[in-house]
Amino acid sequence: MVRGTRFWERLRRITFGVAVAGTFVFMVLPIALVLWLSFFGNEILSLPPEGYSLRWYSEIFAQRQFISGFWTSLEVALLATACGLLVTTPASFALTRSQFRGREAFLQLLMSPLIVPAIVIGASLYMSFVEFEVLTGLPVVGSVWGLAIGHILITIPWSMRLITANLIGVDRSVEEAALSLGASPLVAALKVTLPLIWPGMVAAALFSFVVSFGNLEISLLLVTPGQTTLPIAILQYLQWKIDPTIAAVSAIQIAVIGTGLLITDRFVNLAKVVQR
Amino acid sequence: MATVTLDRVSKRFGEFLAVDDFSLEVAEGELLVLLGPSGCGKTTTLRMIAGFTDASAGSVRIRGRDVTHEPPYRRNTGVVFQNYALFPHLTVFENVAFGLRRRRASESEIVERVDRALSLVKLDPLAQRMPRQLSGGQQQRVAVARALVIEPDVLLLDEPLSNLDAKLRHDVRQEMRRLQQLLKITTILVTHDQDEAMSMGDRLVVINSGRIQQIGSPQELYRTPRNPFVASFIGQANFIEGAPSRDGSLFVTRSGLSIACASSPSNANSLMIRPEAIELLDAPAAGANVFPATVEVVTYLGSTSELILRLTDSETVIVTKPASAVAPHHWMPGQRVFVRVDPASAVGIAPM
Repeated sequence: MVRGTRFWERLRRITFGVAVAGTFVFMVLPIALVLWLSFFGNEILSLPPEGYSLRWYSEIFAQRQFISGFWTSLEVALLATACGLLVTTPASFALTRSQFRGREAFLQLLMSPLIVPAIVIGASLYMSFVEFEVLTGLPVVGSVWGLAIGHILITIPWSMRLITANLIGVDRSVEEAALSLGASPLVAALKVTLPLIWPGMVAAALFSFVVSFGNLEISLLLVTPGQTTLPIAILQYLQWKIDPTIAAVSAIQIAVIGTGLLITDRFVNLAKVVQR
Repeated sequence: MATVTLDRVSKRFGEFLAVDDFSLEVAEGELLVLLGPSGCGKTTTLRMIAGFTDASAGSVRIRGRDVTHEPPYRRNTGVVFQNYALFPHLTVFENVAFGLRRRRASESEIVERVDRALSLVKLDPLAQRMPRQLSGGQQQRVAVARALVIEPDVLLLDEPLSNLDAKLRHDVRQEMRRLQQLLKITTILVTHDQDEAMSMGDRLVVINSGRIQQIGSPQELYRTPRNPFVASFIGQANFIEGAPSRDGSLFVTRSGLSIACASSPSNANSLMIRPEAIELLDAPAAGANVFPATVEVVTYLGSTSELILRLTDSETVIVTKPASAVAPHHWMPGQRVFVRVDPASAVGIAPM
């Protein structure tokens, strides 16, 4: 009997360990592979490599579209992150701090970019932008602002989740204490609530940045030949050539996002924020 | 002039009437306790005074000013919350300074007043700590200092002692009462703990299911409760069913005992006798209100002993006595004794 229980306990632990390790490998392997490939010496990808070299990294700088794509992506991602937070923070306050008619519908509306396929969002934005250009004569398609508007849409659901979860975690009586001490609701929000939810806001900013920086589907229809984002530059390059340059570009992208994660984690315990 | 006046205040949550037609006045410098079981409406009442909850009907006045429709930040109340609700991202000093900064006090005035408030609660050495570095009792004192420093018209305390352990609670209770009397600050305290209410309150408001049951000093409520709820919520009580005699000086129980009593409304249907107001005798004695009884149960409770005595086939009473007064008698279950009821402490109670 005792032997039996111990056997099952061991089996349970081993199964759990294998599942965890398997998931980990599944997630890390593609990234590791890309990093490995980026150092291959041979132009035609084959295993095992004929040697190692750094020439694909220098090759990036010969390809202007990667450099300009990187800057465009960075610009759009920062813009989308900043504007996204400006929209979602007040919206999250409204959703968690007041009851109003259509609250559920409002929430669903803000979450809908997760449900609607991104390519559909991109297509409808493109059509709207063209109409807008016809009406006003202002160039939107292909501009950084046009891209940022599209990207704000997909960052909203992520920011909403993180910020509302943090707002729900804030003790209401702390806000009430601020009110009773003479703070107006706006002052209470700025002086008390915001400092308490800032880990959530940092995490929201980070997620928004990552989601925007890596986005392909929405950008696809909103770029013009002179103005592409990094993921589109990669896609276009891949259409006629497969060599480790792509791996090197991806390695740099991974490095940028990874550095962002590490820096953020120094200030905010990300695992804790996301768990809420 | 009353500092706080509630005039026919009600609060309805959907179908549920949480506060039903409350009218009361709190005098300058008075400590008024709202006492009742959980869910009785006492906290809702406090929140309506603070302005966190809107009254459905009636009006709230603070120092004669109608604040019924004023937001909390224009009411000048000091609130101490059950969980203290300190600002976790600010130091003790900045927590206390928060209200003064909102009032745009000068930096030198802030330093002076915060220091004074912190020394009042004996926390001046901890001014630069963060709230999470403090014990529960210390956090509670920061909350009190934060509420007092703005010199509020009224101090509102929502179960401020319920998160402290029993020993500390007793000390803090004394300390808060001392502070309140020192500063002569009008205070409303919400609690479900009758000991806390009796020991701290100048007057008590006993509340049950959204209704005020009785308002009075601790002595009034204990000696002359108006209904069975008040009688049993404040202290222990024996109830013997029956009816008063025509002139009200006697109360005749169902089994026919005639007990002389202090007062009895004509519609009284029970007689309340406090367990400590019954005297136990070994032999019959002359005078009124002496009845034979049989000991049923003797329970030793440390400083006191509790006895259950049978007066008649259908009537028993609980008697509590200091344990030292009971021990020499060696009363045993089944023993015949006599009880004497002090007429002054036998009170007829009308049904609710």
